Amino acid sequence: MNTKKKNNRAWFLVLPVVIVVAFTAIIPLMTVANYSVQDVLSPTNRVFVGLDFFRQIATDPSIIAAFQRNIIFSTQILAIEIPLGIIIAKLMPRQGWKAAAALVIVAIPLIIPWNVVGTTWRVFARPDVGLLGVTINQFRPFDIGNTPADAWFTMVLMDVWHWTPLVALLVYAGLRAIPDAYYQAASIDGASAMSVFRFVELPKLRRVLMIALLLRFMDSFMIYAEPYILTGGGPGTATEVMSILLAVIAVIQFDLGQAAAFSLIYFLIIQIFSFIFFTVLTLDQRPGPTPVKGKGKRGKKHLAEEPTGVTNE
Amino acid sequence: MAKIELVDIAHSYDGGETFALKKLNMTWEDGKAYALLGPSGCGKTTLLNIMSGLIRPSEGKILVDGVDITDKPTEERNIAQVFQFPVLYDTMTVRKNLEFPLKNRKVPAEKINERVAHIADLLDLTDDLDVRPGKLRSDLQQIVSLGRGLVREDVAAILFDEPLTVIDQSFKWTLRNRLKRLHLKTGVTLVYVTHDQTEALTFADDVLLMRDGEVVQVGSAEDLFLNPSHEFSGYFIGSPGMNFMEATVTDGVVEAHGVAVGKATDSSLSGPHRLGVRPEFVEPVSRGGLDFSVTKVENRGGFQLAQLKLADQTIMAKLAPDVAIAEGDTQQFRFVPEKTYLFKDERAVGALKSTQSGVQK
Repeated sequence: MNTKKKNNRAWFLVLPVVIVVAFTAIIPLMTVANYSVQDVLSPTNRVFVGLDFFRQIATDPSIIAAFQRNIIFSTQILAIEIPLGIIIAKLMPRQGWKAAAALVIVAIPLIIPWNVVGTTWRVFARPDVGLLGVTINQFRPFDIGNTPADAWFTMVLMDVWHWTPLVALLVYAGLRAIPDAYYQAASIDGASAMSVFRFVELPKLRRVLMIALLLRFMDSFMIYAEPYILTGGGPGTATEVMSILLAVIAVIQFDLGQAAAFSLIYFLIIQIFSFIFFTVLTLDQRPGPTPVKGKGKRGKKHLAEEPTGVTNE
Repeated sequence: MAKIELVDIAHSYDGGETFALKKLNMTWEDGKAYALLGPSGCGKTTLLNIMSGLIRPSEGKILVDGVDITDKPTEERNIAQVFQFPVLYDTMTVRKNLEFPLKNRKVPAEKINERVAHIADLLDLTDDLDVRPGKLRSDLQQIVSLGRGLVREDVAAILFDEPLTVIDQSFKWTLRNRLKRLHLKTGVTLVYVTHDQTEALTFADDVLLMRDGEVVQVGSAEDLFLNPSHEFSGYFIGSPGMNFMEATVTDGVVEAHGVAVGKATDSSLSGPHRLGVRPEFVEPVSRGGLDFSVTKVENRGGFQLAQLKLADQTIMAKLAPDVAIAEGDTQQFRFVPEKTYLFKDERAVGALKSTQSGVQK
């Protein structure tokens, strides 16, 4: 009796969270799911179309091309931002006013709104007045409005500028959390700076890097405002990523059914990728079959050893 | 293995304003086990880090077999260190961990295998060589980090910086004994930093008792307990610590709280002193002792702890469990004369003279 009462009360405590999550996530998502399976012809006239929209989206060549662009973009920025972030974090001063100053300077790009970043870089890349555009123009023609490679390059560079600081700050925090004893032990062991990085710092940064990787992957995969302002997806479709395409379908074409199906697929892709990342990166920290077996074996050995150990020693 | 000498070593973290370690001369004999004992912040770890080369001393020099190594970097010194918590390379197996210091020193592979096998055997780690240390129990992890120090053949000394801090209570004792046996087997000089007197006293041949950056007494466990040469030895060693009372010496007679407690061994002493006696040496006597009122008695199983009053002064006495004593009583006790010390400026200057007639009514 008593236990049952307590259990019921516990449900009430969870209720506020359930309500909040329902209104912020579940209900909107269900609305989207609802739209994705019916064609809304007018406010009073809708037709159930099943998975037709999903089929259309999944086979649409422009969406597949955008998906590939997203994959390439995320791969490129991760390949640049993660190592670069580590290098910056390693170079940042460890204490004193210099450390504080470095933190503030590194963090500046992070506090600039996405669309402002886009605008800034749009001006920055202009071949007539922008610093970047004019500089590159000295060596070779540079025009993000007409040359796809230039637009792509600028988009990647912009993301690196905007988000490498996040990686750097995470890694910096991770580095600061390593106890001095590890460095001292490494120096007693005669380890080189490279070995210290490889065997002390990198293993200790593992979790932090996993967070950085996940955050940067999800964010770059959903990137919208910056390229939209910078290039609008152009020239042609050179920088047209999925979110830009989605916005066109949902807001400009106002094709709610297709947009909803697209959103769900988009959402699913990010979920799947994040899950894969997370699983792979935490693989050997989980109690898998091998470690458990090993543990059991040793446990037995120590069980046998302990009593004698204590009495003998 | 070698003799390590510290010559006029001193260290200041703030450029000479305050000294974390005051001027110290010390010789660490080859193969002995030493303990640096003292409360937190007394300079133990500073001294240790100076020896391992993690800190360069502000003053003085370190000699190993007569060779000055003060300016040598850590990796060129033949000193190993074990830290408060197991410091291991998580991504390497136990074997790789043990190989690491040798590989960094470009030791030939055959030699490495031989040394690792030897150390694994010595430390009883042979079965655990191919697992990652993170999967081992914490005391075994400490053993692995010790192994990383021992694996180098030329190790002159192993420094332990409170190595039992994070070890489960139940394994502390086992690990301590294991370290002790290893010391006997390998004959490497050990320096062991701790703030736990039991650890220090059971582990080391010689204990250096430190306070405020100074070594106040060096000696065996027995010395520190029975012959404290400094008030701090009396206070810090033993549980509870020494009883201290203000005393005046006039014409060789020691008087505390208006009661003559005995005669001083050194008749030249006179003036105000402090009298120290361990609770173990406050003995009940049937007659000829001093009258104490008993304010509190605690039976601690193996012994009784009595709180006594002499005038305003509280004196603790550690008594055998069968001594009949009750709160509120007035009983006679005496201070065992040769174990009752006179201190002047914190230094022991004499004791009470061992005579039956020394105690007056």
